[in-house]
Amino acid sequence: MISVTRRYRFPAAHILRSDRFSAAENERIYGKCANPGGHGHDYGLEVTLTGPLEPDTGAILPVAQLDALVRERILDRLGHRLLNEDPWFQQEVPTAENIALAVRRELSEVLVGHSTARVLRVRLHETRRNAFECGRET
Amino acid sequence: MSDDRRVRLTRAIDFCSSLRYRLPGLSEAENRVRFGPAARQHGHNYRLEVIVEGIPDPATGMVIDLKDLKQVLEREIVARFDHRDLNRDTSWFEKNPPTPEHVALVIHGLLREALGELLYGVRLRQDDDLWVEVTGNGADES
Repeated sequence: MISVTRRYRFPAAHILRSDRFSAAENERIYGKCANPGGHGHDYGLEVTLTGPLEPDTGAILPVAQLDALVRERILDRLGHRLLNEDPWFQQEVPTAENIALAVRRELSEVLVGHSTARVLRVRLHETRRNAFECGRET
Repeated sequence: MSDDRRVRLTRAIDFCSSLRYRLPGLSEAENRVRFGPAARQHGHNYRLEVIVEGIPDPATGMVIDLKDLKQVLEREIVARFDHRDLNRDTSWFEKNPPTPEHVALVIHGLLREALGELLYGVRLRQDDDLWVEVTGNGADES
């Protein structure tokens, strides 16, 4: 198998609270991440694609095209925002797990019809000390 | 199929090369349109991570002697690529542009030849934000 991985960054705020839980339960489950005023991270996003090499470019997907897609669909949407306000996170809490899954879903959908590349894996670094990954290893 | 005594180890080496993306069927102007700035000669500090997998030898406790692995990597990769131009000084990028995908596939092929079944895969980092991984039979399975 061959895969290509590109790393991006975006700063965003979030609040880990769910309407399913009482205020006390939210505090207990999410701790200081439940602060109603919010907090934020410089997220590091690694997008891994696999697929055949395009004969006319020698790439799974030319880096400039991947950058444009990720900028338009992810970075411009989530960067410098409060993630709780995004339609993706009206039913779900914007934990790093759910952000990683939403990014994979969005990029997988947008690649269909646009390219022979497909998303193999998304890894989201929330801080230098935690990373969250969905999809397959190369 | 998977034996739980198998261990994977990773050894990294660095090499610096110049390159330009071009396809032989295209004119200079067409290559510039196709590949943008990458059609001009430029360079990268590549980092290659070579992943070897096997059952440690019962006597030495090693999958492979790292001195031997280092020698293989010096001979197969560094001698051919470091401080060279990938287009002019090697023969692998006449038909295909030296995208990280193609460079990683060439390296994977050379190391598969040299290391055989010990080779698990390679990870070629072009810079901190872009890398390619090749495992198994490379581009033939994806």
